[in-house]
Amino acid sequence: MTEIRVKIDNVTYTAPEGVTILEIARANGVEVPTLCYHPKLSIVGACRMCVVEVAGSRGLMTACSTVAVDGMEVNTRTDAVVKSRRNVLELLLSDHPMECLTCEAAGKCSLQKYAYEYSVTGATYQAEPRDHDLDSSNPFYLRDMRMCITCGQCVRVCDEIVGASALGFSERGDRTFVGPAFGHNITDTTCVSCGSCVDFCPTTALTSTHGRNRLRTANIRKVTTTCGYCGVGCQINLLVDRNEILGVEPVEGPANDGFLCVKGKYGFNFVNHPDRLKTPLVRRNGQLVEASWDEALELVARKFSSIIDQHGRQSIMSLSSARCTNEENYLMQKLFRAVIGNNNIDHCARL
Amino acid sequence: MTNSIAEVKENDVLFLIGTNTAENHPVIWYQMVRALRKGAKLIVADPRETIPARRADMFLQLRPGTNIALINGIIHVIISEGLYDAAYVEANTTGFVELSRAVAAYTPDYVSQITSVPAELIVSAARTYAAGERAGVYYAMGITQHSTGVDTVQALSNLALIMGNIGKEFSGLNPLRGQSNVQGACDMGALPNVFPGYQSVDNPEIIEKFERAWGVKLSSQRGVRATEVGEAVGKGDIRALYIMGENIMVSDPDVAHVEKALKSLDFLVVQDIFLTETAALADVVLPAACFAEKDGTFTNTERRVQRLVKAVDAPGQARADWEIISELIRRLGHDAPYSGPEDIMREIAALTPQYGGIAYPRISRVGLQWPCPDEDHPGTRYLHSKGIARGKGLVMPVQHAEAQELTDADYPLILTTGRIIYHYHTRSMTGRVEGLHELAPQSFVEISPATAEQFSVEDGETVSVSSRRGTIETTARVTPRIKDGVVFIPFHFAQGNANVLTNVALDPVAQIPELKVAAVRICPATAK
Repeated sequence: MTEIRVKIDNVTYTAPEGVTILEIARANGVEVPTLCYHPKLSIVGACRMCVVEVAGSRGLMTACSTVAVDGMEVNTRTDAVVKSRRNVLELLLSDHPMECLTCEAAGKCSLQKYAYEYSVTGATYQAEPRDHDLDSSNPFYLRDMRMCITCGQCVRVCDEIVGASALGFSERGDRTFVGPAFGHNITDTTCVSCGSCVDFCPTTALTSTHGRNRLRTANIRKVTTTCGYCGVGCQINLLVDRNEILGVEPVEGPANDGFLCVKGKYGFNFVNHPDRLKTPLVRRNGQLVEASWDEALELVARKFSSIIDQHGRQSIMSLSSARCTNEENYLMQKLFRAVIGNNNIDHCARL
Repeated sequence: MTNSIAEVKENDVLFLIGTNTAENHPVIWYQMVRALRKGAKLIVADPRETIPARRADMFLQLRPGTNIALINGIIHVIISEGLYDAAYVEANTTGFVELSRAVAAYTPDYVSQITSVPAELIVSAARTYAAGERAGVYYAMGITQHSTGVDTVQALSNLALIMGNIGKEFSGLNPLRGQSNVQGACDMGALPNVFPGYQSVDNPEIIEKFERAWGVKLSSQRGVRATEVGEAVGKGDIRALYIMGENIMVSDPDVAHVEKALKSLDFLVVQDIFLTETAALADVVLPAACFAEKDGTFTNTERRVQRLVKAVDAPGQARADWEIISELIRRLGHDAPYSGPEDIMREIAALTPQYGGIAYPRISRVGLQWPCPDEDHPGTRYLHSKGIARGKGLVMPVQHAEAQELTDADYPLILTTGRIIYHYHTRSMTGRVEGLHELAPQSFVEISPATAEQFSVEDGETVSVSSRRGTIETTARVTPRIKDGVVFIPFHFAQGNANVLTNVALDPVAQIPELKVAAVRICPATAK
């Protein structure tokens, strides 16, 4: 592989041939702001936040879409660059509802972050506010297109990763908005409710329903664990407030690469469901009634022992579980092999 | 999987058979979508036009129960056109001559008659798969839940072997496993014939090893299989059943038969997180912690052992399954000296060769893929890289055989079953997530427009579906996406339960039930 040398802000970096200015900058800790760029999606160069000055070029170049060449000299923070970025932000804020006080994304919103960094208040241009109805047709997330900055990350993740292609751009110019074709609600499309668009959205145009008005202020603990559903083994962060799961976010695990499906992202509510079994039950006079652990386990031990005495060690069987851990399955087979004394153990691998 | 999930997006050919990956393993489908964007070719074999089938370059819409014929047909074309990897076959396999003789009869025309897939599609699928430099095969229950399930996997293995598509990065045979820890439950010996690590219960050396470790005498008699429970209970051989986290009243074939067996037990213990249809029949119900409420490990479909980390406390008095079993072991007079799952994993590692190097500190951030025999081993991304595990790859011809139950005048349609994206197994978890319930509230039966017309069934109406084992009522969903003469019912729902209808015929080797083919009839519920 050929190596190239590129100077960014007067520091020389080496990089493999074919990578973009943005990739070299980020690999070396040089901050370049972006709104439409995501390393897992195709590059569109639409937001113009990542513009930089390249010595010898006529105008500013977008760092995300410009492939670096040997000997290139790049400046990421000149007056012209900063002015251009501020103008981009002014234009984005010109029709953006200033609802940061109550906005679900406050604190993690890219638009808010860059407005702060570049001291942009949105006072320069005044445009008609965006007029879009809230789409709450999906049970798991809301679409508030007033908040959209048309970065298109949702459109691309839905098409390029999820394969559902439920979203696209409609209209032209400053009236451009993102949504399903023909103004349909999102539930009337090929959407599979995976929430990838929500995870990718840099503002609050797309937000999860669960945990609203709580996630921002709650003292959230993030617990990294493995999803409990299918056999893919996606890595997730459970967002926990005291003893309650308020949400799930994908983690860059080796199997899931930072993505989730609908069950992994939104299928966690059963954990707190009132139907959960909370105490052992034993059958008395035909009815299941509450019992203590001591009673229940003593009854199981006694019945197992008496059945072994009467009918032999082969007369008890276990169905273990493909939804329990390795350690639990190990113990269950050990219980049957070493304690009960048979090999009568199986599980639903075939079902 | 012989390969890793991260390799999927690098495939140049994907052959999906009996897997609706987009609904059952969506995050693996995302990898496939990325491969397709880079120009990979997609071959899909399924009786339903699934989401992957709609993206396929070649969609082989076969009649349920004819997978072997289809695969043999593809092998026939590859051999007769000389597309196989002769050097690999010569150096690494045995049985090729027998295979070529056996598939000689499986011409595209003959296979087309059996499968109803057009002959030219079989030819182009064969050429496409053979042309792949990085061709991955993906399969799931759609090919294994048949009375010929094991033979079908053998047929796929034959196909991969004659192309040299084993032991390579990006190319391999990849079963996609359905449950969070179904791989691990098998690895841990929750099977009637093997100790942890697939070590046989009738091997004297292995028995001795476990007797020494556990300090007890062990039985060398193979145990009762899950699919034999009904019969064993009926005969009085099994008197008590201890079920942990399974809802066999919904998931198993011929539910009426299952219910009869459970009710005739002397003693039934069910340990679960909800009072499932199965738990409701128990003598003792033990409340368990769910995945978010305990520590431990799961092993995923690519053999990766990953951590489960406790995030919240279990409700009420519910306890982690490992605690409950440990306590029971103690009450039965034995030692269970475990302070937590990490202790148990140390014992597993000491006794399970594939898990020898698995230890919690090593998997705290990123899991390890077995085989991982010792603490210095980095884990194994893809299998058989240093040659096939058994020495030479065994090419073993298999023959098409019809399903155990065929259609006739009384039951003229084929029923096949599966999952949908919004639910998981018997819905004990997903049925209690409001949004998922809202998106997919009830059972349905997919039927093609022509078949619907033939049986006077209208879209959206309540219909009655019957097999030799029972009758259910469900809602008709008329769609061109299912083959004529075939109906599909998801098996998640206790109301309109597909498994009232399914057949208990078993594969002779794996004892997997033939859930994917049963003969049924359908009529509007009002006409019953």
